[in-house]
Amino acid sequence: MNDTLTNTEKKTAYILTLPAVLLVFSIILFPIFANIWISFKEVELKDIRIPEPRAKKIVKSISDEPTKIKILYKLRNSSLIQEIRDVSFQDNFPKNFEIENLDPRCSFKKYNLKCEFGNWPAKYRENFQVIFATNDGSKIDKKNLKSIKPKLDGKSDNILLNTNFTLKNFKKVLFENEFIDLLLTTFYYTFFGTVGSIVFGILTAQMVNQKFYGRTFMRSVLLFPYVAPVVALAYTWELLLDPNSGTLNSLLLNYQIIETPINLLGQKYIEISILGFDFKLRLALTTVIMFEIWRYFPLAFLFILARLQAIPKELYEAADVDGASPFQKFFNITLPQITAVISILFMIRFIWNFNKFEDVFLLTGGASGTRTLPINVYQQGFAISDIGMGSAVSIVIVVLLLMFMFFYFKLLGKRVDEN
Amino acid sequence: MRIKNTILFSLISTFFLIFLISIWKILATLQGLSINSFNIEIILIFGFLISLAHLGIGDRIKSIYKSIIFSSIFVFCDGYLIQKLPIWYNVGVFLILYFFTNKISKYTFIGLKEEHSTQVILFDFLTLFGILFFSFVILFPFYMMLVTSFKTQIALLVNPLDFSINFSQDIKDLFKSYFVIFKSYKFGKYIVISTIVSVGTVIVTLLFAIPAAYAVARLNFFGKTFLSTSILIIYMFPAIVLVIPLYTIFSQLGLRNSIEGLLIVYTATTLPVAIYMLQGYFKSIPKELEEAAILDKLSWFGIITKIIIPLSIPAISSVALYVFMIAWNEFLFSLMFLDNPNSFTLSRAIQYLSGDAETPRQYLMAGSVVVTLPVLFIFVYFEKYLVSGLTAGSVKG
Repeated sequence: MNDTLTNTEKKTAYILTLPAVLLVFSIILFPIFANIWISFKEVELKDIRIPEPRAKKIVKSISDEPTKIKILYKLRNSSLIQEIRDVSFQDNFPKNFEIENLDPRCSFKKYNLKCEFGNWPAKYRENFQVIFATNDGSKIDKKNLKSIKPKLDGKSDNILLNTNFTLKNFKKVLFENEFIDLLLTTFYYTFFGTVGSIVFGILTAQMVNQKFYGRTFMRSVLLFPYVAPVVALAYTWELLLDPNSGTLNSLLLNYQIIETPINLLGQKYIEISILGFDFKLRLALTTVIMFEIWRYFPLAFLFILARLQAIPKELYEAADVDGASPFQKFFNITLPQITAVISILFMIRFIWNFNKFEDVFLLTGGASGTRTLPINVYQQGFAISDIGMGSAVSIVIVVLLLMFMFFYFKLLGKRVDEN
Repeated sequence: MRIKNTILFSLISTFFLIFLISIWKILATLQGLSINSFNIEIILIFGFLISLAHLGIGDRIKSIYKSIIFSSIFVFCDGYLIQKLPIWYNVGVFLILYFFTNKISKYTFIGLKEEHSTQVILFDFLTLFGILFFSFVILFPFYMMLVTSFKTQIALLVNPLDFSINFSQDIKDLFKSYFVIFKSYKFGKYIVISTIVSVGTVIVTLLFAIPAAYAVARLNFFGKTFLSTSILIIYMFPAIVLVIPLYTIFSQLGLRNSIEGLLIVYTATTLPVAIYMLQGYFKSIPKELEEAAILDKLSWFGIITKIIIPLSIPAISSVALYVFMIAWNEFLFSLMFLDNPNSFTLSRAIQYLSGDAETPRQYLMAGSVVVTLPVLFIFVYFEKYLVSGLTAGSVKG
């Protein structure tokens, strides 16, 4: 009795979870394996379209002979690079039709024209013409004829499915193309974006945790950048920062803070001297990081605020009795209480920032020293049209992420042990 | 000690005042007023004097009178320094000063003697400063987005700092950018497509997620722990890694440029978080209800539709709102999969619009307002649901 119950329970569970599991499997897990496969291949964007035999049907009436009709099929191979083998062709005709000129490659049976065209090389084109006559002398309806579409079929190699593998993509990714620079840019972007968003998250959470008028409103406002569509925000920022007539530059010029406009998103370096030391700041990258912090600190804010509200009030009351200053309270009570949240946030934000594509893409398109690894996936795959290279870059991203997670959990595990 | 604290207090409050006045000046400049200097030195002196005077006078005058007197003196001097400014600017300055003097009115000479008083003051003013600073930094881009959409190209070229909106003009001229994007750029159609995709994603995701979440929450089966941990891991997985294989597969299957294709991908990417959020809620429903239902010979379908769903309407609606927002805001996949203007979503359409360097900025901003408003509206209206869910599941981003 009990056994059958657990059996039905199991069955039900599998039925209930199967649709979701299948979908996630086919759209998320399968592509990751497909990525590994593609990354070892030399594939370009134009290769992935499967070559198709195509026919455009043109119906022409023959003058003086209303019972006859000429049909022209413009045949072609849709691919410019691949051949199609064993092309077969089929088209149907009304029942009173008889064929006048039968091509040797074709047969006409039961008002059905069948042809075997053999192999078509790449770029193949042919004008294939047949003439029909009605056997009962009736007129031919051109529209009706046109509405019947011919069927074509053929075999071709799918470049994705063959077993030619190469290491070329990985060699290119890792040893050419300024890989180190790419890695450093990605690291700066991820690290400073993550740390910045957490710092601002702590500040704002600490702020909102105090009582003041309009606190709930403030909480919603702080989340605006996080919930609004990235496209709208990125373009607004772009307009604000525009060197020619952007609001920020205009304001700075108006108040005579700067003399010439600064191209915050289009300038790779800016020279800054602090205390006599000159150094170069990656300007566009810094701006992009600022945008990232602006957009994602709300998540940190929300997590930390939730944690702050759960800290028992007695701790602060006890500290007040001991005469602790506000800063002492912050560093000795608040901060230790939120370290766990911060470490989780650090991991989540680090992973997500590492993969962030839209923000940089929309702001700079990866120009002026803001090319991160995800941008490189896009540029290799779609701008240079080298799908194989794009895949190889994604594999590098996955491997780096796995390494990060491994070290992170090892470090975290050690810390937990120490405590 | 007292002198040091007094000076520190005056300095901190003065810096706060400078900040307040500067923001007001920036906003006034953006209304087309020509203000070319923050006059920081003068405000510094005035603010310092006001703070000192406030401490010196103490309780001898009622604080309301004190505030009004200080504010009036400041406005008079400020108006004398920067002349020819409209009255609303001076009213604004007066209100800021009134607010400021009210804020400092709770600090007294006696209070300054207490331990940590400067730290308390610093903390108080930092909080105030933070609230205003973050409000400004966050709302400013949204404000600029909105006002730019009401300007014309020529007006912006003549004075890039004049964002004042002329309300006396015809409605048609005021909303010209909106008319243009709906008429010439087919934004009506894109709104429809975005809505279909987002609502469709919500429906399909819920259809898949509710049964799966129920199974994870309630039933015992082999691979359950594996499933619930892999949900979280998949949730962390980067979308950019999926783009190339999905692009190739979708191209070969002819799913690119189709709403179905987007629906499939959006559903798959939102499913993990939906399942995760729902199963947490389902676990909190008392088990006794279902046991009674099992005795009544209700099938699992009956249990889900008759017991679980009615009891978890709040959780389901918060998941639905989230999924809607994710799908509505999504950009990466719509960029990759859509290249035919007839099947664009709103985000993709705006990006396409910006690709043409000739597109006037007010059209771009009008489009941005159109894509942003629904999300912000939903967010503000359903904030309670969403914030609790955000911390539980956290929208990917």
